[in-house]
Amino acid sequence: MAEATQLTRHIESYVDSSSSLTHQAATLNAIAALVKTDALPLQALVRELDMYLTTTDNVIRARGILLLAEVITRIESKPLDSAIIHSLVGFFKDRLVNWRAVRGALVGCLALIRRKSVVGMVTGSDATAIAQSFLQYMQVQSLGQYDRKLCFELLDCLLERYSDVVTTLGEDLIYGICEAIDAEKDPECLMLAFHIVESLAQLYPDSSGLLASFAKDVFDILEPYFPIHFTHPSSGDTPVQRDDLSKSLMSAFSSTPLFEPFVIPLLLEKLSSSLHSAKIDSLKYLRVCSSKYGAEKIAKYARAIWSSVKDTLSTYLGEPKFSFTIAPVDGIGFPENEIGIEALSLLQQLIVQNSKKKKLHAIGRILYITAKSTISSCNAVFENLFSRMMDDLGFSVSNADSFSNGDIFTSQRVKFGFLYLCIELLAGCKELIVGSDKPALQYVFEHETCCIMLHRFSTQLLNAFGSVLAVSAERCPLDPDIYIGVKGLQILATFQSDVFPIQKSIFENILNKIMSIIMEDFEKTILWESALKALCHVGSFVQMFHESEKAMSYRSLVVEKIVELLSLDDITLPFSLKVEALSNVGMTGRKNMLTILQGLGTAVLANLSKVHRNVRSSETAVQLLECYSCKLLPWIHENGGTEDFAVQFALDIWSQAGNCMDFSAPFVEKGLLDAIMKAMKLSVGSCVVESQNLIIQNAYSILSSHTNFQLKEVETLPLTPGKYDISLRDEGIISLFASVVVAVHPKTHIPDIRVLMHLFIITLLRGVVPVAQALGSILNKLVSTSNSAENSGDLTLEEALDVIFNTKICFSSTDMLQRCNGTSNGNEMVLTDICLGIANDRLLQINAICGLSWIGKGLLLRGHEKIKDITKIFMECLISGTKSALPLIKDSLENTEEQIQDPLVMKCAADAFHVLMSDSEVCLNRKFHATIRPLYKQRFFSSVMPIILQLITKSYSSLSRSFLYRAFAHIMSDTSMVAILSEAKKLIPVLLDCLSMLTEDIQDKDMLYGLLLVLSGMLTEKNGQEAVIENAHIIINCLIKLVDYPHKMLVRETAIQCLVALSELPHARIYPMRTQVLRAISTCLDDTKRAVRYEAVKCRQTWWVHNFFFIECVQFYLVQLLLYLPIFTFLLDLLIGRQCHPEVFISEVQYQLP
Amino acid sequence: MVSGLINANPVIYEKKERRARTAPSAPHDEYAVEPIDQQEIFDHIRDIKDPEHPYSLEELKVITEEAVEVDDQQNYVRVTFTPTVEHCSMATIIGLCLRVKLMRSLPSRYKVDIRVAPGSHATETAVNKQLNDKERVAAALENPNLLDMVDECLAPSYD
Repeated sequence: MAEATQLTRHIESYVDSSSSLTHQAATLNAIAALVKTDALPLQALVRELDMYLTTTDNVIRARGILLLAEVITRIESKPLDSAIIHSLVGFFKDRLVNWRAVRGALVGCLALIRRKSVVGMVTGSDATAIAQSFLQYMQVQSLGQYDRKLCFELLDCLLERYSDVVTTLGEDLIYGICEAIDAEKDPECLMLAFHIVESLAQLYPDSSGLLASFAKDVFDILEPYFPIHFTHPSSGDTPVQRDDLSKSLMSAFSSTPLFEPFVIPLLLEKLSSSLHSAKIDSLKYLRVCSSKYGAEKIAKYARAIWSSVKDTLSTYLGEPKFSFTIAPVDGIGFPENEIGIEALSLLQQLIVQNSKKKKLHAIGRILYITAKSTISSCNAVFENLFSRMMDDLGFSVSNADSFSNGDIFTSQRVKFGFLYLCIELLAGCKELIVGSDKPALQYVFEHETCCIMLHRFSTQLLNAFGSVLAVSAERCPLDPDIYIGVKGLQILATFQSDVFPIQKSIFENILNKIMSIIMEDFEKTILWESALKALCHVGSFVQMFHESEKAMSYRSLVVEKIVELLSLDDITLPFSLKVEALSNVGMTGRKNMLTILQGLGTAVLANLSKVHRNVRSSETAVQLLECYSCKLLPWIHENGGTEDFAVQFALDIWSQAGNCMDFSAPFVEKGLLDAIMKAMKLSVGSCVVESQNLIIQNAYSILSSHTNFQLKEVETLPLTPGKYDISLRDEGIISLFASVVVAVHPKTHIPDIRVLMHLFIITLLRGVVPVAQALGSILNKLVSTSNSAENSGDLTLEEALDVIFNTKICFSSTDMLQRCNGTSNGNEMVLTDICLGIANDRLLQINAICGLSWIGKGLLLRGHEKIKDITKIFMECLISGTKSALPLIKDSLENTEEQIQDPLVMKCAADAFHVLMSDSEVCLNRKFHATIRPLYKQRFFSSVMPIILQLITKSYSSLSRSFLYRAFAHIMSDTSMVAILSEAKKLIPVLLDCLSMLTEDIQDKDMLYGLLLVLSGMLTEKNGQEAVIENAHIIINCLIKLVDYPHKMLVRETAIQCLVALSELPHARIYPMRTQVLRAISTCLDDTKRAVRYEAVKCRQTWWVHNFFFIECVQFYLVQLLLYLPIFTFLLDLLIGRQCHPEVFISEVQYQLP
Repeated sequence: MVSGLINANPVIYEKKERRARTAPSAPHDEYAVEPIDQQEIFDHIRDIKDPEHPYSLEELKVITEEAVEVDDQQNYVRVTFTPTVEHCSMATIIGLCLRVKLMRSLPSRYKVDIRVAPGSHATETAVNKQLNDKERVAAALENPNLLDMVDECLAPSYD
């Protein structure tokens, strides 16, 4: 009994809230000891406590319940009967309802839940009951700090130990947890709360499970805590530190991939915050999250993460600080570096995680930028990754030296991924070195880790790249990425030698390797091209940074070898590729270009000398000459090279032309002659006047000595077509000479110009076109009398014109006389007479017209009056057969009978307008120093067009009209839109007729297209609208005919586009045409060409929509009208009712279907 | 007007990159025939706007290139589309838009067959029947409200 009284006393003193804490604890321990030693059975205690547990006094009841709970806590290792446990659970869980006694209930529940199975634990159903009761009655956030902590502990424990049974609570559980955690501020509670979330996530891992729908809600509660911001003193007595809390939150964040859509954007956002801790935390969290969520989830953020990380890196490692180089870079005292290191380790995580090829590129870029940004980051990457990669590649720091030079790897050992990363890393490092031009920094580089490591591994890398090339070609020849080896070699070769000197032997090895690809692997196009690119890159690098030693190696190993290739026939490398390599390597620098040019020049001459023996050498020469004129010469021009070579080359070709003569070898092929002429023109055109003088003198001497032209006699004797028969070889030489004349400067002195002009006129009549171009060019550049006072020795423009238009040409042969049937001056006539057909020789006439057109062009460009006369001659050719009204030819034709011109002659005359108007590539352009008056085309257009229009209306013969149309088309296609628009009203009808005429002959399809473009220009220009509106009907009719023009797709496409443009016109004008247009367009929907079909769909829609719009407008107005005139209702229905409804269309189409 | 959308939050997919056709035919094959193919038909309909969202049918994966079957020889096209939700009452409108667009874009020799992907719609057969009944299609287009709606949906596909 004594025990009982003692127990009562203990209980009394505990329940009495006025007693001290220590006293309470002592009594509690005493009671617990009694129970533990079985001196006092638990049932007895409960019975004893009965009054305290059920009293209505809240304070005493709470103390009583707490006493029981605390006792149970203390006897956790004492085995208890399951029935007792069950009843205790029932008791405590019911007490959760009563907020006054809640602490006791919580402590009790917690104590019970924590019991291990060996001493009797709570059953699953009891645990569920506790959880249910808790979720139902507890308002966690209304409790005090300690009680809240208990709550969280209880929840945590439940989730931890009874996860299987609480799962069944489902939504209630999640909801209750959210409610409990919401707005919690106490660090200790938060630690638990974060852990609860983590456990919760493990309960519902399924991506389509319950948590998935609540993930957003749960995360909304967690989100405000990031980044952890701690106002408590960091070193105070608080048991929880900021870092612990941060780590705990991190595990909550990363607990489930379900949070991914919310976490990553938040982290990325915080990464850009200005708070240091936020940045560091974001990076840490990103790293952990990305490892937890898995590569697939993170993949879509890769870009965003990368850009943020890049920003971070560049902000914190961006400025190359000198302090870095002075102090050891180990991060101490540099908060920035901490961030940098975090960022780097995040990247590392990403790298480890991903291994697919696509990712590889991303990582490659990351490494590249990282290495590029600063020395410290570069060093960091090298230290962390490079040696590891090297290990993986098969060479480690320790055995680096054991690999002797030239050790070749077996193919299995080469790992593409690592090699790729290596290359990106190297590229970044190189950029870094190139980018820093401060000498102080450069000095430091040599002792930087990255450089030291690079140095150590350079030989191995070279070998690895070499062997990867050998392997890759066998594996997958079509994948360009496979040729990374080339890039690697290139990077290795382009390190600046004063910063990072690679050995000369290595550099030469690299060049040799690339060259061997160039010479042998031409069948693998991609590899070959990348090798060539790399070669050029190395070449220009060597030039740019004045690396004399490397430049020497480059020149001897690459440039000279490539030149050698030209003369070697035994190498299988196709010649076109040789030429490509030649030009590309030449463009790496001026010195190299000179060597290349020398080589090319020799090769050309060697081949020219063999032309008559060997057909292949002619082809070779053509290719070389093309390369010279299209690639090398423009490059020299742009890069300010000297013209010495061009001059020498021109002279050499002339001497070779002379040699060819000696062997009496004609220029076998037209192609070769054209190529030589082009090269000659461009060479001469790029020289200064003095050099041009030299060349032309030289050329003239060869012309006079090596041809059968009797230059001395030409001037004294009258020009006779008897001297016609020019040999092919002479024609070649004179063409070549003409090309020199075409290209010279106006100030260049042309020797014996009068004689030459006579010679040109004769050869012109033989149909040698370049000669006509030379004549045109001479006339274009000569100085006219008025301002040529200083050098009176030269021929003036007026004299030259006199030579051309008044030199009598004799026809001595008898047959010619007969055919001339006694014209004006017997057998003498001038050039213009021949053009008009007085000689009655069709070929002669055509040649003359063609020549005259080039002469005319020369005059037209400088804006000379004489062009009018020439135009009139052409027109006369076009209209002959009708009575002439032009005064100039009236005189000459006075005595001749009316004659019908040959259609070929008329065609030639019409095409002369094309020569006059078009921009020529061959001569008379700025490149060849032509005098070009501004707006000459417009002037010509406005002077000629009225005449042509007049002639067209007057002409009665359909033949001559069709050729007038042709001339019209030529002029129109080459005149600027502004000039045409001002005359649009008059031109459009003619233009349309012309279009329909051109559809007749398939040969004219390009001309047709050119003219159609003019029309479409008129349709789209604002200024042309008025004329277009007026002629809308005929334009549409014409276009409808063109939309199925079978011979040129572009014509059809443009015609449809024109129709689209026309749909913009006022509806009243085009409405009547819509049925026709829609019908025509619907056939275009079935065009053979896709582009046409697309345009047709668009066109149909615009016409369709406008149609509706128009009808709506009409309807609107008519309805207005109807308000006043209801009697017309039925009429209106008749008028528009059925027309505008779509169903008509639909049913039509539908019923057509099979 | 019924408030709320049928599918308030559709999933938006990325647009497929427009595949460039191989280089325009050189002059020598001026007469070569380029037959109407799957990609061409898909290009016609990919930009049609969804009736209730400002996204294209392609973005909502209502239609894909694979869902277009075409036989140029037999003059036959079949487009199978997948409504975003099973009970989508817009399915008929979408189908109507597809039909009208193809009707206006293809030569008249073609027979166009529009259908809902099997299992993607609650009243699949009813929708299919409605879409391929020319009388009903014609009647639908006579309704000015419906026609306006169709035209609005088609507008982006002509740009």
